[in-house]
Amino acid sequence: MTAIPPSELDRPALARGRSAADTDLRSVSAAIRRAEFGDRLRSLALAAPLLVLLALSFGIPIVLLLSRAVYDPTIANALPQTSQALSGWSGSGLPDDAAFLALAADLKDNQAKGTAYELAKSLNARLPGARSQVLKTVRQLEGAGDKPPLEVVKSVPFWSQPGTWPAIANGTHAVTSFYLLSALDLRWNADGSIERVPPEQAIFLQVFMRTFFVAAAVTLATLLLGFPLAYLIASAPKGLAAILIVAVLLPFWTSILVRTAAWTVLLQKFGLVNDMLLWLGVVDDRLDLMYSRIGLIIAMTHIQLPFTLLPIYSVMRTIPPSQMKAAYSLGGRPFTAFRRIYLPQVFPGVMAGCLLTFILCLGYYITPALIGGASDQLISNFIGNYVNVELNWEMAAALSFILLVFTLALFGIFARILGLDRLKLV
Amino acid sequence: MMLSPYPTTGERIRIGLLWLWCGLVILFLLVPILIPVPLSFNSGSFFIFPLEGISTRWYEVVLGTQRWQSAIGNSLLVAFGTTLIATTLGTMTAIALADERFPGRRIVMPLLLSPLIVPVVITAVGSYLFYARVGLASTYAGIILAHTALASPFVVVTVAASLTGFDRNLMRAAAISGAKPVRSFFKVMLPLILPGVLSGAAFAFVTSFDEVVVVQFLASANQRTMPLEMFIGLREKLSPAITAAATLMMGLSIVLLVVANILTWRGQKRPGTRA
Repeated sequence: MTAIPPSELDRPALARGRSAADTDLRSVSAAIRRAEFGDRLRSLALAAPLLVLLALSFGIPIVLLLSRAVYDPTIANALPQTSQALSGWSGSGLPDDAAFLALAADLKDNQAKGTAYELAKSLNARLPGARSQVLKTVRQLEGAGDKPPLEVVKSVPFWSQPGTWPAIANGTHAVTSFYLLSALDLRWNADGSIERVPPEQAIFLQVFMRTFFVAAAVTLATLLLGFPLAYLIASAPKGLAAILIVAVLLPFWTSILVRTAAWTVLLQKFGLVNDMLLWLGVVDDRLDLMYSRIGLIIAMTHIQLPFTLLPIYSVMRTIPPSQMKAAYSLGGRPFTAFRRIYLPQVFPGVMAGCLLTFILCLGYYITPALIGGASDQLISNFIGNYVNVELNWEMAAALSFILLVFTLALFGIFARILGLDRLKLV
Repeated sequence: MMLSPYPTTGERIRIGLLWLWCGLVILFLLVPILIPVPLSFNSGSFFIFPLEGISTRWYEVVLGTQRWQSAIGNSLLVAFGTTLIATTLGTMTAIALADERFPGRRIVMPLLLSPLIVPVVITAVGSYLFYARVGLASTYAGIILAHTALASPFVVVTVAASLTGFDRNLMRAAAISGAKPVRSFFKVMLPLILPGVLSGAAFAFVTSFDEVVVVQFLASANQRTMPLEMFIGLREKLSPAITAAATLMMGLSIVLLVVANILTWRGQKRPGTRA
């Protein structure tokens, strides 16, 4: 707003005084707001295509997948009459004959609609062994002739076993915690509390622990290898530093698959690593490095090393060398000076590099699939396997859910204490 | 770390050990990626040194057989499609986000970066589930869409970085001179941020060209890309053709990313931008 000297204003306007100026100001700021609103709309419109595309190609798929972990209407849809009959059941002992009759009717309907196998598979996921029993009962109901359906169902001992009806009653709720609990080796027991599954059925906690162990081992190894090299690059003269940085970036720019392929060549029984170990006299006999935990950790360390090193280096670069000289001149011994002056300053970089590597390691898929053995498969491989081989989407979704929670929680810590800017590498 | 002018014995030992350790780390970094190169020129069918002889027979397999040729074609098609969409939309988004008044900037940025953080198998399985329902599974469009989600964060980040050096007054000057926004974008802004855009495009291309997990879930048998052929080959039978394919892929990514980084580096020194 342009200021007008009071002398140029006529008397009446001056008499109107502040209120006129106020109106003026208000209309101007309203105009600015309007203009800014237009700008905001324009920048929103500019960003909208990518945001919409990401929502469609990335957001919805992930939400849909995660929903499969808690929403499974297969049993509820397949057994409507049984659901009805079980609604008044106390949950202990066996339900009354009405429930058995309803089950027989539902099973017949499923056979007629051709959905019996789907039901059997879905029930089997919750109640191991149910698949063959359901299909057997369906066949017997079909060939029963005059025999009353109630008798047919009761003649199959499976339907009178203690665990069967609670599992069916549970399955008739489309929203379920079954798969998420299973992904943590937990289940509901008969009296409505959560318990651990028996050790012979427990798989996933072990896989999660293995994933965390491999991630931690790789993070530690990259730190041990990367920290000194980052220090050397940060303190080397410019030309040498450039050469060393290229040595770090070349593998960084090569795809994970290509590097994994290179390691499968190196880790063979008659590969270069074994040749070298023999030559150095470290081992007397060739080691089986392929399909082993140690081979997997070596390859993952190679792939992750630049991710740990680069954030550390970018912090080290900002620390003036004169600080260490000052510490020495004040009588600090090298180790003390390093620990008290240098380390506290590079700590954020170390945290950023290590957290980044740890987070990325949790999601490794290709390298364990190609280099790890059967007992070295990480959680991502189990997710892929549940989709590709077992066709159990609910279990894949539940494992994805838990993996994603861990990943996002760690990423939240990362963003909170270090800021998103640290994600930029180089 | 260099020696000081009057090194003590302790300093000599420390720095000697540091150099030795770092030398070994550099070997650890470089040897594995260089090993496939000589092996790919081996005339024999084994992965053992010394080489039996030099030949290009494995390159003839990769570049000459129908299976690999179609894989290379698929890879190029998907990567170019991804690059085109990710670069266009990513640049637009970066320009929008560079405006401080953009509503919800602090929320949008982490969301845009999330495809880099979410484990790729979750992205792949989720896309497979959703795309199968809407008829996009086993289509090039589906693979390109999924790759665009993975590649666009790189474009947004690189273009946003080049925009921090861009003087917005230039756009105001263009507007005052009567240029419409689209015209002033092409005539004023784009030439100045072009290095950032091209470097983002190179990142997007490499991201798509190297990607294997999403493709594994989404591609049908005749949409196999080069990395997927490699992955399948590594699972079944280790053939030296894989080292040739690996060498080609590595060469392409390194060349593109070297160019991308030179562009970024030069972009920071261009006149008309504030460093």
